[in-house]
Amino acid sequence: MIPPAFEYARPTSVDEAVRTLAEAGDEAKVLAGGQSLLPLLRLRLAFPELVVDVGRIPGLSGVREDGDTLVIGALTTHHDVIRDPLVGRYTGLLAAATRTVADPAVRHRGTLGGSLAHADPAGDLPAVALALDAELVAVGPQGRRTIAAREFFVDYLQTALRPDELLVEVRVPKRYGWGFHYEKFNRVAQAWAVVGVAALVRRDNGHIAEARIGLTNMGATPLRAAASEAALAGAPAAADAVARAAASAAEGTRPSSDPSGTPEYRAHLARVLTRRAVLAAAGGE
Amino acid sequence: MTRISVKVDGTTYEDEVEPRLLLVHYLRDRLGLTGTPVGCDTSNCGACTVDLDGETVKSCSVLAVQADGSAVTTIQGLAQGGEWHPLQKAFHERHALQCGYCTPGMIMAARDLLRENPVPTPDEVRHALEGNLCRCTGYQNIVRAVLAASGQEVAS
Repeated sequence: MIPPAFEYARPTSVDEAVRTLAEAGDEAKVLAGGQSLLPLLRLRLAFPELVVDVGRIPGLSGVREDGDTLVIGALTTHHDVIRDPLVGRYTGLLAAATRTVADPAVRHRGTLGGSLAHADPAGDLPAVALALDAELVAVGPQGRRTIAAREFFVDYLQTALRPDELLVEVRVPKRYGWGFHYEKFNRVAQAWAVVGVAALVRRDNGHIAEARIGLTNMGATPLRAAASEAALAGAPAAADAVARAAASAAEGTRPSSDPSGTPEYRAHLARVLTRRAVLAAAGGE
Repeated sequence: MTRISVKVDGTTYEDEVEPRLLLVHYLRDRLGLTGTPVGCDTSNCGACTVDLDGETVKSCSVLAVQADGSAVTTIQGLAQGGEWHPLQKAFHERHALQCGYCTPGMIMAARDLLRENPVPTPDEVRHALEGNLCRCTGYQNIVRAVLAASGQEVAS
């Protein structure tokens, strides 16, 4: 379908983008790679008066190190995240999950920042950001502020970003020696996750010292499987112990019902996929 | 209206376009390059895949204004000097199409794969084509054609 008519602005700096957003109030949408926004426009699910194309603002893509933190520009495409050596070395979970996003053509255009700002709970990367304890840096008229992933995802497709703020970078703590795995259940290759589980595991002497588990599509926002994480702390890295901990993976979740599954089915998937993801991350069978 | 300059299959075009105009509609309706079809219009099928500055994109998911200053290659720009591209030949020889609707997108996606991975395994071909749907053939001959175009022996 043909999108509804809108005005178009292509700022050349973050400051100009923020000014443009501030002047437009609630009526503007930010366009980065467009792989979430353009389908919404085409299906006439969004009617912005102004589309602010930030795709060419210099300095917003690429990955760099800042001490113990990896700083990923918001405009870094999925394609580039997957291939980035620093991402591979320090936060392999992000690369592994990004590989499962959509398909190669979408990954050429879609951006990490765009995926997080779009905040679709069925998207793979919000749950990963939550599991990684990422921080999101936004720039607004008052300057920069840093938002913890835990506070960023507010509701279905809603974030803590204000209408006049632009997400500029994603900060991820470097992790050394953690196992990771993203386990995604979907119906066809490029589809959204029915449920996905992002697992990070730190092992110590055959035991799981610490586990972090992010859940995709188990509620209106990405969630942590807090009960399973607690049960895994100090547990043996063995199939039966992991299965017992994974049995509580759906606690506190509120999955939706749609043609892909009922809430009960999604809860079942969360338990099964958590077991698989944690075992894979722990290096088990 | 926004002014854009886009190079498509080697020719530079300057146009005034509405910001909402999709790249695929620009190619087809403005430039008459109907070799790139509109399939699903939902980003799923990949029929409208073209190359934008050296990377495949779904041209139903890119605004024409986003292609301003860029170079686009469509299926119609692949043949050189009257000679088909090796993928075009392979699709023809391996009967990798029935209705042909998905073929432009399949070939553009396969070309993207072979640039990065000149000798892919069958499994890698299937993964690279995950964003392209064919409703006729069941994909077997498409995968064979891509492997053949990469210079590999393929059982017929």
